[in-house]
Amino acid sequence: MKKNNRLYYWLFLAPALFAFSIVVVIPFGMGIYYSLTDWTAVAGLKSNWVGFANYKAMFSDFAFKYSFARTFLFTLISVITINGMALLFAFLVTRDIKFKNFFRAGFFIPNLIGGIVLGYVWQFIFKSVVPVMGAYLGIPALEDLLILADPTLTLFGLIMAFTWQYAGYIMMIYVAALLNVPQELLEAADIDGANFFQKFKSITLPMIAQAFTITSFLTLVNAFKQYDIIIALSKGGPSDMYKGEVVNSSEMLAVHIYNVAFKYNNMAEGQARAIVFFLVLSVVSIGQVYYNKKREVEM
Amino acid sequence: MGNKKKIVGIILTIITLILFLLTMFPFFIVVINSAKASLEIIMDPLKMPDHWSQLWTNIKTIWTKPTVKYASSVLSSTIITLSSLLTISVFSAMAAWVLVRNKTKTSTVIFMLFLSGLIIPFQVVMFPLVSFFRVIHEVTGIHMLRTYHGIIIAYIGFGAPLAIFMFHGFIKSIPKELEEAATIDGCSKPQIFFKIVMPILKPIFVTVIILNAIWIWNDFLLPSLILGVGQDIQTIPIAIQNFAGSFVKKWDLIMTAVLMAAAPVIVLFLFLQKHIIKGMVSGSIK
Repeated sequence: MKKNNRLYYWLFLAPALFAFSIVVVIPFGMGIYYSLTDWTAVAGLKSNWVGFANYKAMFSDFAFKYSFARTFLFTLISVITINGMALLFAFLVTRDIKFKNFFRAGFFIPNLIGGIVLGYVWQFIFKSVVPVMGAYLGIPALEDLLILADPTLTLFGLIMAFTWQYAGYIMMIYVAALLNVPQELLEAADIDGANFFQKFKSITLPMIAQAFTITSFLTLVNAFKQYDIIIALSKGGPSDMYKGEVVNSSEMLAVHIYNVAFKYNNMAEGQARAIVFFLVLSVVSIGQVYYNKKREVEM
Repeated sequence: MGNKKKIVGIILTIITLILFLLTMFPFFIVVINSAKASLEIIMDPLKMPDHWSQLWTNIKTIWTKPTVKYASSVLSSTIITLSSLLTISVFSAMAAWVLVRNKTKTSTVIFMLFLSGLIIPFQVVMFPLVSFFRVIHEVTGIHMLRTYHGIIIAYIGFGAPLAIFMFHGFIKSIPKELEEAATIDGCSKPQIFFKIVMPILKPIFVTVIILNAIWIWNDFLLPSLILGVGQDIQTIPIAIQNFAGSFVKKWDLIMTAVLMAAAPVIVLFLFLQKHIIKGMVSGSIK
């Protein structure tokens, strides 16, 4: 009987554990090793140990440092815009308004569209629709606007497309949190003569602090890893001059890692950058959760 | 007081409506431009199409164009998504169940191993993964790249950590007595799992399936690495990227392809709205 139990234990674990091992655990270990070699991924070619050379090359590569800074900027602004829009949506659809559920579903729908598909939709809007809109509205500045030729505007274009996609999902989490705020508490505050902002600051905000930990974690991680929208919308461009160097203005880290490995044919350096990408993402996201958890308690 | 509340309600409804229309604007652009010919779009992407019948012509063009291979990519996407959903959810539930019910050191270690998968981004394993799949082929003769089973195994591996985490949390809250009674009645482990435990897990199955469905159906980077772009098996995002990423932008056909990719998903969502929203929210909060 006991022996039978052990057999079933491993039999039930086997499929998931097997798949997880061959696609995550083993490649993860291989990745760490490869990042310390001159690995080329060419079959039959032996890779030689190079120590931290790939990591050293990365920190002296201007394109990497630039991509890093751009990714941080993109992530920071995205977290703010997505959470801002999501909170606004969530507030509106939990008030006393008509067609609540209809609006809720509407705000959520862009989340069903994948990054590649929506990237092309927004590319079309920025390239073809915006100038025509300028003509309709009689605004010459809009008519001549080439959003995807300007580095700053492209960054905001990407943030806009990402916010459009993701705010509806984050809204749902805020909605769930807002519906948990006890109505009696708000009514009691009303009787005490509290105004809207006082109620928001003292009741609603502390009550949604837990949701905020989750939403900022999700938006942060997903912004940092963004790849699909960039590939379809701007392809990492347009190129720009920064401190005398030519850079790809929207080549965020996920795109940069891919390009280093395949476009510039340097698998080992691409892998080393991926490892650093993973370390930074872990530290920032876990640090963020830790910080917010602490604040949750204090509130 | 009552009057003031009413006015506030109307103002908020109007603000919401404006935001809703802005959110819908890209969809509106897609729909009207899928029903235009190329020249019509260049002339004015904002006006209503001259003939809505052009939509049908465009759809037929996309569906039959040999360079897009849309029909076969719909089939591939469906096969990959459905098989991955089935295997991820059942295998993860099985694993989570034995991990919860056997409180040993081994179980804790394995559970922690799965959890560590939650913070590993795809980027850090993608290059070695492709390389390892090639090694598997060299050693065993089994093709992993450009095959259905290869990509499905990849989705199980990447999907299992979150699914196991969610099942684990839920199974912990189910009392053991039912399973113990079944054991006394002479049920085997598989019988207990499939006949008693699985039906109880239904709400988590819904959540796991919905979260993974949206991810897998829209995923691009993983299938592009494992299946390749422009190969025999391609998913819808790969087909669209392959066709829309070319230098000549045929916006009429791109918009039609986008519409064809998005419309079925949106229709499905509208039917299953309640479950989907509930599933996604409870999934994120856990």
